[in-house]
Amino acid sequence: MVTEKKKQQSHANRFAYSSRNFWGGFLFGLGLVAFIDETVFHQLLHWHHFYDKSTTDIGLVSDGLFHALSWFATIGSSFMLADLHRRHAFWLKRWVGGIFLGAGTFQLYDGTIQHKLMRLHQIRYNVDITLYDAIWNITAFAMIVFAYILFVHDRVGKTVNNS
Amino acid sequence: MGANNHENITFITQIFFAVPLVLAMLWYIIAVIVTSRRYKKKWPLHRTFFWVTGILCASIAVIGPLAERAHMDFSSHMISHLLLGMLAPLLMVISAPMTLALRTLKVNHARRLSFLLRSRQTGILTNPIFTTLINGGGLWLIYTTDIYMLIQQNMYLILLFHGHVFIAGYLFTISIIYIDPTSHRKSFVYRSFILLIAVAGHGILSKYIYAHPPNGVTKSQSETGGLIMYYGGDAIELVLIFILCFQWYKATRPKDWLQDIVI
Repeated sequence: MVTEKKKQQSHANRFAYSSRNFWGGFLFGLGLVAFIDETVFHQLLHWHHFYDKSTTDIGLVSDGLFHALSWFATIGSSFMLADLHRRHAFWLKRWVGGIFLGAGTFQLYDGTIQHKLMRLHQIRYNVDITLYDAIWNITAFAMIVFAYILFVHDRVGKTVNNS
Repeated sequence: MGANNHENITFITQIFFAVPLVLAMLWYIIAVIVTSRRYKKKWPLHRTFFWVTGILCASIAVIGPLAERAHMDFSSHMISHLLLGMLAPLLMVISAPMTLALRTLKVNHARRLSFLLRSRQTGILTNPIFTTLINGGGLWLIYTTDIYMLIQQNMYLILLFHGHVFIAGYLFTISIIYIDPTSHRKSFVYRSFILLIAVAGHGILSKYIYAHPPNGVTKSQSETGGLIMYYGGDAIELVLIFILCFQWYKATRPKDWLQDIVI
């Protein structure tokens, strides 16, 4: 009886904090991609360059803003996650959907606007870049689509439960 | 003759910085002893540790071999700047010197200090937008104009520069995280937004310095200096962001969280 009530309460809390579940995941996804970008592509592979001679001024500004945002997103979303748990309002599917949308959106922005339009730096140097760009942006797009499927699935589940 | 003159200058500036640093260190330790004797609750040891480490960081930046190298070597200059303008202020802020002062002072003096902290002037000095402007704006001015070169040649300008970097760093830190009693409070969202802009500005300036050496600095030196500023700044800003988010987490604790569990 007690556990049943607890479950119901937790279910209600999830809906009340639905947007915090989503944004917590979104920011975590953004931070995660930025972290992988920095550790794997900058530090381990040395493919990305810290600065590229063709970098535009707006590219520098965008890079600075997103670099700062990614630190904030990683730490802030971790505390949001802890907050959802202490409120018994954690909603896994919504949170994971947020992660994929955040990760995909940022990677797509990085791969198209930052790399190509603002010419911040390229994925790799002294190679034919087309294939790298394609894989980069298709992965990003796939993550966004996957997030969309998760959200639709969620909504379908909700209507079935209600009826 | 020139070298002799330079040594004199370094000696005078080092004395100039050593005196207040030693006094600050002594003041804190004496205050801790006094306050721990007066109250049952002991002053936490980790706060004293942070204060001593903070003073040491500031000392390394302005006195001794690193400070001397900083006049010729841009990387050393950057390291000393990170210590003086970011790490030392952060450590000193989390050691809660104002709380200690208020606890140790006689009641009427403490009252006067708390009146001062509540004044409008303090409100302006600790406004996040103001502190970001004097901090970031000051750095942009110094590194993108000839001011950096002038500073290296003039003793008074060095004193002014070091003083500015430390004070601006300290004010910025207390405008973002509230450790000591703070009267002019701003919301978490407001402070997060300002901190985000400030961190971004720091990163942008680092890459700008990397690509555009200030006058009198070689290309390879500005590249190393830019990298130190970028990644060193990141590490310290990470701690600042963590403390701010943690304070949000504690402040938004659900009031009826016990009820939730009982249900």
